[in-house]
Order: sequence, then structure tokens, then C-alpha cells
Amino acid sequence: MRLAILDRGHGFGTKALFAFIRLVTRQPTPEAVKLVSYRPDFFGTPMKRFTHEAMRGPSTWSVADRELMAAFVSHVNACEFCIKAHTAVAARAYGDEPKVAAVLSDLETAPIGEPLRATLRMLGKLTRERTVGADDMRAVLAAGVSPQQIEDALSVALAFNTMNRLADAFGFSVPGPRAFEAGAKFLLAYGYR
Amino acid sequence: MTEIRQLRKALIERILDGGGTASRSQRRAAFENAGLTEPLRTLVQKVAAQANAVTDRDIAAARASGLTEDQIFEIVVCAAVGQSTRQYDSARAALDLAVGKE
Repeated sequence: MRLAILDRGHGFGTKALFAFIRLVTRQPTPEAVKLVSYRPDFFGTPMKRFTHEAMRGPSTWSVADRELMAAFVSHVNACEFCIKAHTAVAARAYGDEPKVAAVLSDLETAPIGEPLRATLRMLGKLTRERTVGADDMRAVLAAGVSPQQIEDALSVALAFNTMNRLADAFGFSVPGPRAFEAGAKFLLAYGYR
Repeated sequence: MTEIRQLRKALIERILDGGGTASRSQRRAAFENAGLTEPLRTLVQKVAAQANAVTDRDIAAARASGLTEDQIFEIVVCAAVGQSTRQYDSARAALDLAVGKE
């Protein structure tokens, strides 16, 4: 972590909570948790509320689909921490790790439905080129995706285009797979609030 | 207005208009990736365009220019939310065009 305040600048109560979580999970405090717990009034609390609604709020996309979108956006941004974190959540949510791996390795041949594929294609372009046009949206609509589903997917992309940038700019350290497994269990049980 | 739109608006208003250690004009400039001078111009441009290219040296340069860690924290957050918001707005406008809304 490039800013010492994000590593150890938290208040006493937060530090005590981190120590308790480390004891229970036997894993280091995730860097994403450290970020959203630092002066949470400024960023963490409003960001967690937005992210929870995008990832767990009402939508016709399943939680697994939205976690896959999060992993996919992170993959296009080449954000190692977030790819690993949300690949683990999506794999657990689907109960299908090979499917998630297939999407990240080749979206066009992965065993998923066309509406999800078309949506991920558009999110990929938006993330890579930082803009999309009406034709890109027409292609998604033509695949049978509703305007509301597109809006829901764009909220997921907004959350992860933000968090990917922060993870990389602040230099989140990347722990081993067991830490991400523990994180995935937590995020599926409790969400982002 | 749906819940999610209110939450998005609340996040943006908080980081730009609420209290902070960086000035509101500096946070706004970072959000918009416009009107900054070095070394923040480079840092904010990297956060917006290729965040995984940010280095220890970019953060050190911001510190050496006299900014506190809290100010750097706020500026980087504003830069990240600003870029992802521009992308979101571009996509929303494209969707409105595609469904025939003005």
C-alpha cells in the first residue's frame, strides 16, 4: 500500500476490528477493506452503499452474473487484486470455476448465454476504449438484453472501474488464493455494506 | 429516481462538495482530469488512463510537492470516480440513443 494512512491510519475501533477479523479468518486484512475503512465518511461508506446496491440489489442479473461482470471488467483493466478477488466470488456463486476461467480466457467461445456474452462484450469495450456508441448498445439490445439490464450492468462497471483504479494506484498487495477464498465467502454471505 | 441513481449521486457529491483536506477546486480538477499542474497532472492522468502504470515515484512526487497523504488519498479517489463516471455517462448516452430517447 503506497499510502501509510491506508495501511495503518485507521481509528482505534477499526484497528481492533481488523485484529479480530485476522484472528477469526487467519488471513491478512484485505487491502480493499483497509481502503473503504479509512475515513469512511469521505469515500468508503458512500462507495459501499453504491456497490452493494449494484451487486446485491434488485436486478434480473444473478449475483453470479454480476460478479462475473466485476471479474471481467477487472480483467480488461488488468487489475490483479480485483481479478483474483471477483474470479473467486463468481466461481463460488456459480459453483463453476471453469466457466469463469473460460470467460476470462476467451469471451467468444465461453459456455454462457448470448445476452450475457453481448453485455460483457460491451462492458469490455467501454472499459478498454473508455467510451461506447449507440451501435454497441443496439448490438446488446439485439441479443435480447433489456435497457434495464444494460443499466444494471453499467452500475457494476462503474463500481469496478473505480475500484480497479484505486487498487492499482494505491498499490494493493495481492495475497494468496486462501485469502481470496475467505473474501469470496464473506462477500457472498454479507455483500458489500 | 431509482435507489442506485441516488447512491451514485450521493457518492459524487460527497467526494466533490463535502468536507475534505484537499480543496474543492483541486478535487473537482482531479475528477475532471483537467486544469492540474505537475506532479498531480501526471498522477491523475495515469489513474484515469492506466492506473496500473502508477508507481511509487508518482506518489512520492505528489508528497514532495507538499501534499499530505490525506490530500493524495482524496485526489486519487476523485480521479478514479471521475473517470469511471465519464465512462458510465458515455454508455448511458449511447443507450438513450439506441432506445430512441433524446
